[in-house]
Amino acid sequence: MIVDGRLKAVLRVLTGLVLLVVYVPLALVMVNSFNVDRTFTWPPSGLTFHWWNVAAHSSGARHALLVSIEVAILATAIALVLGTLAGLALRRTRFFGRNVVSLLIILPIALPGIVTGIALNNAFRTMLGLQLGFFTIVVAHATFCIVTVFNNVQARLQRLGPSFEQASADLGAGAFTTFRLITFPMLRSALLAGGLLAFGLSFDEIVVTTFTAGPQEQTLPIWIFQNLFRPNQAPIVNVVAAVLVLVSTVPIYLAQRLSGDVVSGASGAH
Amino acid sequence: MSAVTARGLSKTFGDVRAVDDLDLEIADGEFFSMLGPSGSGKTTVLRLVAGFERPTSGRVLLGDDDVTDLPPYRRDVNTVFQDYAIFPHMDVQTNVEYGLRVKKVDRQERRRRAEEALSAVRLEGYGKRRPTQLSGGQRQRVALARALVNRPKVLLLDEPLGALDLKLRREMQLELKQIQRDVGITFVFVTHDQEEALSMSDRVAVFRDGRVEQVATPVELYERPASSFVAGFVGTSNRIGGEAAPRLLGSPGEYAVRPEQLRVVPAGSPVEPGELALPGKVREVVYLGPLTHAVVELDAGPRLTVSRPNTRTASERPLEASDRPVAVVLHRDSLIALSGPTEMTEETA
Repeated sequence: MIVDGRLKAVLRVLTGLVLLVVYVPLALVMVNSFNVDRTFTWPPSGLTFHWWNVAAHSSGARHALLVSIEVAILATAIALVLGTLAGLALRRTRFFGRNVVSLLIILPIALPGIVTGIALNNAFRTMLGLQLGFFTIVVAHATFCIVTVFNNVQARLQRLGPSFEQASADLGAGAFTTFRLITFPMLRSALLAGGLLAFGLSFDEIVVTTFTAGPQEQTLPIWIFQNLFRPNQAPIVNVVAAVLVLVSTVPIYLAQRLSGDVVSGASGAH
Repeated sequence: MSAVTARGLSKTFGDVRAVDDLDLEIADGEFFSMLGPSGSGKTTVLRLVAGFERPTSGRVLLGDDDVTDLPPYRRDVNTVFQDYAIFPHMDVQTNVEYGLRVKKVDRQERRRRAEEALSAVRLEGYGKRRPTQLSGGQRQRVALARALVNRPKVLLLDEPLGALDLKLRREMQLELKQIQRDVGITFVFVTHDQEEALSMSDRVAVFRDGRVEQVATPVELYERPASSFVAGFVGTSNRIGGEAAPRLLGSPGEYAVRPEQLRVVPAGSPVEPGELALPGKVREVVYLGPLTHAVVELDAGPRLTVSRPNTRTASERPLEASDRPVAVVLHRDSLIALSGPTEMTEETA
């Protein structure tokens, strides 16, 4: 694209503005986690590590964090297995209604969370007679986590084309050997990227979780939501939020690096 | 004994008959080419032999064994793919060893045979390279080594030179033929390049619309094409037929004649016995380096392409387009009588 000097300047300013709008509030959360005042006044009247200390000893926050991580790991694991199988089925075989199945797999991510939440809540309680809790959260999260894995897997398979797998079969490898030695290694980075996204989706999900968690279980987003407006807890919420901002940069950074690397290596072969 | 036999082989994709009731026998140790325009079914036949496609009807035999219902990994053939399909996450050595590894050949034997195969394609010492570090020609050789290391009964090559530039392509043509002679394996080679097919093959099958038009040695194919299609597809040829044939040649029918069998002389020049002089005018002259092509419009209608080698004696009398009357001289023996359907009628008179 050809950009002249003036346009360049305008674009620079706009980019700066957008980044400011996104990151100033985040920075505010970070600063507030050190704010002496518990009502988030600006500018802070003083700085302290007190809230970090309190947060570290808050059993509610720690338990919620643990639940969130466990749910995200399990939902991601389910998504990785089912998403890969679905991706392979849709990209490497032909069957009647293939496009419909593909659409049905992707749909959950587009559905409003509240609809999914109500639907699952009803199905779990009335049809299946299940007690809402940890297990129902995992299943609910898996329904939309599958989508990110499935999308990554099928995009990668399409990009790679069938010839590597055909070459493997041609050289004497059966279907499982081909998957182990050829397909899986070439999918690995797509699975990692899809898995990280799935983990992230599950980790901050609140709407569906509200309807499928039941009264006993609390994930971190729900804990935050419930404690945000309690004067005693608000500073701790800030600390938790600050920690989450720092921690979430890691998977995003990894996902970005990994989704680029191996594919360029594979397509570079042509 | 035949290495590959196709019996009544057909393959349809939806409404398209890609391969149509094909019978073919490929002899053991032969360099056999399947030549045809794109969509003529040659690649589908290759994929049917490899096992990537199942035939709609008919049988495929390797040697005496009917393999029609076997998956690719149970057939003793290997393929060099058009895009090579070198596994990008493995180095060259691991790529070449792959077939032996999945057949549980022990590590040392694997290593030895892979090195042997790499040296057969002149890639000694490239084992540790990544596929991305190789040029197109080298990648092509890795694909070849990876297939040959398994010592298949038949090696299938799907337009393996298509991605290479012209010079490298010529080199690889000679090299492939040499390798085939060295290993003594039957090569089945798919190409749309008639020159490639002629220069490497023991026999060539010319494909058209899912059927074989002619199977013959390169010499036969060029000098005695069985049909008008073959005459047109393999090399350039002039066609004389319809009304013009009895008037010019004194006999009805459909004839082809190669440009190098013709020469242009000034009108009224004497001719040898058995030769015909067809009056006309030079309309176009195309200089091609070793050759010059002249297009002569005959007074009787048809346009003939005449090719003349650019030797020193020839360049003393340069060809040029003009209204001066000339004659195209041809010997009766150089006329190829064509049978079969007459295609490309726009070129006949």
